[in-house]
Parts: sequence; structure tokens; C-alpha cells
Amino acid sequence: MVRDVAFGQYFPAKSLIHRLDPRAKLVMFAAYIVIIFCTFNFVSLAVTTAFTVLFVALSGVPFKFYFKSLKVIILIVLITSLLNLFYGSGEPIWQWWIFKITQNGINRAIFVTLRIVCLILASSCLTFSTSPTEMTDAIERLMKPLKVLHFPVHEIAMMMSLALRFIPTLLEETDKIMQAQKARGSDFESGGITKRVRALIPILVPLFVSAFRRAYEIATAMECRCYNGGDGRTRMKSIHLSARDFISFAVLGLVITGVILCNIFLEPAI
Amino acid sequence: MSFITLKDVVYSYEDIETEPNAPRAVDGVSMSVEKGEFVAVIGHNGCGKSTIAKHLNAMLLPDSGKVYVDFDDTSDEDKTFDIRKKVGLVLQNPDNQLVASIVEEDVAFGPENLGVEPEEIRKRVDSALKAVGMYEYREHAPFKLSGGQKQRVAIAGILAIRPECIVLDEPTAMLDPNGRSEVMSTLLKLNRERDMTVVLITHYMDEAVLADRVIVMDGGKILTEGTPGEVFSQVELLKKHRLDVPQSAELMYRLKGAGVEVGSIPLNAADCINALEEVLR
Repeated sequence: MVRDVAFGQYFPAKSLIHRLDPRAKLVMFAAYIVIIFCTFNFVSLAVTTAFTVLFVALSGVPFKFYFKSLKVIILIVLITSLLNLFYGSGEPIWQWWIFKITQNGINRAIFVTLRIVCLILASSCLTFSTSPTEMTDAIERLMKPLKVLHFPVHEIAMMMSLALRFIPTLLEETDKIMQAQKARGSDFESGGITKRVRALIPILVPLFVSAFRRAYEIATAMECRCYNGGDGRTRMKSIHLSARDFISFAVLGLVITGVILCNIFLEPAI
Repeated sequence: MSFITLKDVVYSYEDIETEPNAPRAVDGVSMSVEKGEFVAVIGHNGCGKSTIAKHLNAMLLPDSGKVYVDFDDTSDEDKTFDIRKKVGLVLQNPDNQLVASIVEEDVAFGPENLGVEPEEIRKRVDSALKAVGMYEYREHAPFKLSGGQKQRVAIAGILAIRPECIVLDEPTAMLDPNGRSEVMSTLLKLNRERDMTVVLITHYMDEAVLADRVIVMDGGKILTEGTPGEVFSQVELLKKHRLDVPQSAELMYRLKGAGVEVGSIPLNAADCINALEEVLR
């Protein structure tokens, strides 16, 4: 069930993208989101798409995993592109009743489809190539300046990594509780929406109770292993920027400059 | 003084001062653990054995009485982390002890907390994983491992702290027979080859038989203690407190009751066969 979703999973490998500094990857991803929505003509769209394809190809993750994460959003892509198709301005190319398709609408549909697909590919590339620990480590390091404002940076990072660790465990537990309730004759599949929602209560209550008990035990286990907050902690895998990070920054820099130049000198297509 | 010494330890999960009659989980226990020893603590659920385990690394502090670990009093708050560095505690549920999403990162958690240098952590993690035979799984996700493998990773996580003693609170209770034997052989190996002090809390008699010394608890008190041979030959005492004895000891006890002359009480199948051959000769 939920476990089959590929989106957000780590795929262990030793590719160039895997070895990039997770902080670099996060910063680049943030910049990338901005730039993908600043593409207003076909040349800049092509440049950012090429950049995405380059990263996906270098990640060393089989394409079927990317395809799996694309499958989840295919409906959203279809609906948004259809809406955009009929909402274009300008001279209609084809018209029937209140529906009309314009060149502008077609362009919009193409842009929105490619943007969403690229976004999903890039975020999958980020999560496939970065282990949850690396990710939280990167977030902790990037947010470190906030510590001056007494923002609990380490605590938040620790909570995130624990949450990520226990997602599969809690899913397994949900499955077990569901089976136990089914064995006693509860029915999750039939009836109206209120009946189905109500059928979930006997799952959620034991799940919550056991989650709290688990949390208590985890805290004990962490204390047994001398956990005492973030002060004086070291990391086994210390992360640092290296040449490949600067090269990828440079590539992204080129893409950003390209997009900006295209926006200045070329006619916008949408 | 021994490496770990308990003196008249009393502990209640309720407040003894306001309710003097509150049930006591541990009621006047004195015991000691020497360096390099393999001690098994056995008893029913609720006999206080898990409470004892939590006293050994200052997770719980006695209401009265004292616990000393390597001459340090566990109630001294400044020493808490020194004590936890020396005595590692492995809990029952392996799932709730693994805190990272990758095996080696989980094993690194302890030394990271202690502020050990990164290269040294790497060394400790590798050697701890090799000691429990989980080195090949270092890059796996914990939730994909079997129960026995998870428990071995949890043991490695404690070993990476480099303790002098490890205390295990029913580490095999949630495991299948395969997982149980994996964990037990790991513990024996650590004790025999690395001279690790092991305190094993269990309710499986066949695990207790493998220890150097067995402490039997009942109702928060120590019922009897001694070598496995000494303890399990007191079949009547154990039966009176509804405790099991190993099957071979049980068999010999019944033969004795039926009037057959038997020598020492055998503790495992092989000894039992020898003893039976003696009897039949």
C-alpha cells in the first residue's frame, strides 16, 4: 500500500550526485524551484529541462524509480494542463460552445506540464540521492545561524530524523492493527464516507497509544546511549564542500544566467 | 569491592514516602557482578529483574540502598554519564532502540553523543558491527532486518560506546528461536573472546544455563544464586515458586522421584544423554 510510493525514498548508490554535499543539493534545489517558475520562453524552458535531465542521468538511479514517482502525480498534471489549455488568451484556433483553444493556451499547457514534471524529477533526484540522515544533517547545518535567536535547531533536526526512521515502523504497525480489527469483523471497505471515517477510529486509537509508548522507550534507549542534546556532539560522516559541489554550483549558475538572459532578450511565450 | 555492587536496594514505582505500603518492585536486593563475568538474572514477569537492570546504569536510582559501578555511586549526578559509558543497557524491543535510518549511522549514535572524533567513530562502528556479525549489513535500513539482526545492531550500538559491561533486559523476548540463538551466540562470543562483562536478564532457563552465575529473583527479592548447576539442582525450590527448570534437569528430578539413582543434575541435552547412559548401564 503506502509503502510502494517511491517518492521521498532513499536509493543507495555511489554516483556523483550521491556524493555531492547535501547542503549544496538543498540550496541548489531551492534555487532550482525559483528558476523553473521563471522560465517564460521555450529556450529557457529547454535549458532548465536539459539541466534536470543531466542531474537525473548522473544520479545513477534507474529511471523506473523516477517513473514511479511521476505516476503518482500524472492526474494532477493532466488536470492542470487541460485547464491551462482552455484558459489561454488571444485568437482562438479552435472553438466549440464555451471552450476555445488558443496558441497561448497550448503554450501554457506545455509549460505547466514540463514545469511540474521537472519539479518532481528534481525533488525525486534530491531524495533518492540523499539519505534522511544526510538531509537532516544538512538542514541542521544550514539553520545553524538561527541558533543565535534561540531557535532549537538541533532538536528539530533530531525530531525529523526520528520521524523519518519511524515512518516504516508505524506503517507496519498500522497494517497489523488493521488486520487485527478485520479479524474481529470490522469493515473498512463498504458504506458511506462517515461510516468509513468512523471505522478508522479503532485503528487510530491503538496506533496513538502505541506511538506514545514507543516514544517513551526510544527516549530511554537514547538516554542509555548517553544522548544529552546537541552540545558537544560529533558526527561520523562530517560533510564538507568539495570541488564537485563548486562545479555543480557553476553549472546551476550558468543555467540561471541563461534563463535571465532569455527572459530579457527573447519574447515571452506565455 | 566488585565491579558492580548493589547494597540493600529498594525501589518502588510509586512514592514510598507518602505511601509506605506501596508495592515494591525491588525489595532489599544485594548482589555483585565481577569483571568478565556472565551473570544471568531469571524470574517471572514482575519479579523486579527489569527494575534491577535499569539500576545498573543509573536509569533508575534506588529509593534506599546504594548501587556502585566501578566505585562510583549511581546517585551522584555528575557521574551518570561516566556510568553509562561503562555499563551499556540493551532493551527488549529492538525496534525502539534503533534511532537512525541506516545501520552504521545508528551504531555511530552513541560515540557521536560522547563527542568522539569522526575517524575514531568510524573505527568503533566497524569493529562493533564485525563483533556482532552485522558488518555486511552496515548500509541497510533497520526496518528491513529480521528481529535477531536488529537486536544485534542494538548490541553493536552499545559496543561502539566501548563499555566494560553490557546489561541486556530480556533481549530475546520478542525474537523467534533463530533470532534468540543468534543473539545468545553473539553474547557468549563477546564474553569469551573479548572478556566483556555480561548481565543477561531473561526468563528462558536454557539461556540462563549458559551463564557463569545465575541469580533467581521472586517478588522483588533474590531467591537463590550460584552456578547453573547449583541453582537448577534445587528443583523443588524453583517449582515451589512456579519457575521452570531446564528439561534435562526436570527429567532427572522425576527419575530421582521415581527412585532411580542419579548423580549430578545435567543442564543440557548432551550431558543428559551421558547421565541416562550411566543410569541404564
